[in-house]
Amino acid sequence: MNILPDANFFQKTMPQTEKNEYLLEVEHLSMTIERYEKGLNPIRQAVIRDFHLTIRKGEIIAIVGASGSGKSLLADAILGIQPKNAVVEGVLKYNNEPLSDKKKKELRGKEIMLIPQLTNALDPLMKVEKQVKSFLKIKNKRKLEEIFFQVGLDKKAMKQLPANLSGGMVRRVFAAMALASDAKLIIADEPTNGLDEEAANDMLRLLKMLAEQEKGIIFITHDIEAALKIADKIAVFYAGETVEIVARKHFIRGGAHLRHPYTKALWYALPQNGFQPFYPFQPSTTENSRGCQFVEHCPKAKTVCKERHPDLKTIHGGDKVRCFYA
Amino acid sequence: MQISQLIKTIMLRMIKFFSILIMVIVLSFTLVSFSPVDPIQSYLGAEMMVVSETQKEQIAEYYGLHEPKLKQFFKWFSTFVQGDFGVSLLYRQDVLTVIKERFSPSFWLMSFSWTLSGVVGYVLGAIAGMNEGKMVDRVIKTYSFILASTPAFWIGILFLIIFSVWLGLFPIGLGAPVGMLKADVTWFDRLKHIVLPALTLSVVGGANIILHTRQKMIETLNSEFIRFARAKGEYGFTLFWRHGFRNTLLPAVSVHFATFGELFGGAVLVEQVFSYPGLGQALVQAGLHNDVPLLLGIVVFSTAFVFIGNLMADILYTVIDRRIKPGETV
Repeated sequence: MNILPDANFFQKTMPQTEKNEYLLEVEHLSMTIERYEKGLNPIRQAVIRDFHLTIRKGEIIAIVGASGSGKSLLADAILGIQPKNAVVEGVLKYNNEPLSDKKKKELRGKEIMLIPQLTNALDPLMKVEKQVKSFLKIKNKRKLEEIFFQVGLDKKAMKQLPANLSGGMVRRVFAAMALASDAKLIIADEPTNGLDEEAANDMLRLLKMLAEQEKGIIFITHDIEAALKIADKIAVFYAGETVEIVARKHFIRGGAHLRHPYTKALWYALPQNGFQPFYPFQPSTTENSRGCQFVEHCPKAKTVCKERHPDLKTIHGGDKVRCFYA
Repeated sequence: MQISQLIKTIMLRMIKFFSILIMVIVLSFTLVSFSPVDPIQSYLGAEMMVVSETQKEQIAEYYGLHEPKLKQFFKWFSTFVQGDFGVSLLYRQDVLTVIKERFSPSFWLMSFSWTLSGVVGYVLGAIAGMNEGKMVDRVIKTYSFILASTPAFWIGILFLIIFSVWLGLFPIGLGAPVGMLKADVTWFDRLKHIVLPALTLSVVGGANIILHTRQKMIETLNSEFIRFARAKGEYGFTLFWRHGFRNTLLPAVSVHFATFGELFGGAVLVEQVFSYPGLGQALVQAGLHNDVPLLLGIVVFSTAFVFIGNLMADILYTVIDRRIKPGETV
């Protein structure tokens, strides 16, 4: 009963939408968390510093970054569900309209949908069927069954409590929610994390399927290979910043064509590209830190890199990079 | 497989119950046998002066009071095993009859206050947990901490002063108006008499449930599925009703069942303060007058009562665990 598109499906390129209408625009997004360590002096830690992203309908943008780089908080910031002690700043636009906190609250679950990272995100005491059903505008049993069928879950699984489902099945439930919600923008937070290759590929197919339905997908992951399979663009995330945004077709040309030293390092760390070990330390950024975040690990670093913070600049082909020497 | 498991669990429970029961009986009997109170004196009361030494001797003979303690114990125990709890010296009635009669008011008192403290405690705890760190939470938390460290009898006296003496809203004590025939007592009379003792008992018992529910609510609200529920656009009361309520109610109820012991202990004190004619008061009387059969009877009864409460708590916990932890289905 494989209703999911086959593996070749990944290779087909998406038809580029001509209009310049962005579904979501994010500029200079930052998140600062205030916390108390020793004593009573609050420490302000910038977990997201200068994040940029634009996404169109039907587009999949992968945000690739190491664990602990603040990727999940990014999802929180876009959805407006950040922790209480966090301050979010920046310009967000949804369908060309400013996305205020109030607007976020209105759109959450309706227009913008999260596919959470952790499988314990389902209410442990509610049958999955009911949890998915709450997204349907018209509560229709046949429609519900159809959605479960689309994501590859049978009727038996519908009646279960989350504890009785495997990790892969729970992720399918998340996908079912995204389908049922009719959301235009889906933020998938590490949707393939902890899945075996087959289950992960199924999940990627589901994301691709959602994109086919004109939904914009922000695919947060640490797995570059997974990102390259389905994403139209790859945004590389390091220490709370977008360091490079590259179209997939440019990215796959290889390391020499990548601009940012961090992206290059990630590329050459892949097994098929040389397997060069690389353990970047994620700097803990306090608000007043100056200069490029990557300066300590950068082979090209000069004095200017320590003193000034590079902006994200657009280079030919529409890619963007945050480096003085790119 | 499933059924044999069930039988095994039940068997283990029964063994546990009976061993606890025997230990409690032996301990209680040992303690009362050290009592300096002369059972004959408390049996006769004011008539002590009128009754001759020979008659006293006959009474002692009749109840076997001169026999060695160990023999007395086994004599009581052998009849107890046959279901005969003996005769109360104090009430001159079958112990079972006394318990039956006395348990009814205690039962209403305890169920009233148990329900009240459960409902109010849960609601306050939930409100506090939902508003962690805010003013409401701080007020509720302080209130619970103060109450959790306040003795029940003191609250009882306080309530008596305020509501009965100053405001005159409720009777000062007893289970029914003084000098009224039992048949003439209306349910409204009984209700008026039960309010203050029940309130006292529930105020003290409620503090625990508030603090527990608050903690559980905070824990639940910090869990991943609540973060996701927020991401899905739920907030406020909907969020609580759909996710918070379901996930905190069962733990709260099971904790509440586990407080049966404290409830009974509290009832003993409160019934004393309000001269409420319940089982707790009978227990105190039995202890003070060295009425061994009645004392042991009530001890057995209350042990069973508390045991049932704990059993309910255990069962509920198992139910919760079954639902949350991966099971064998699928």
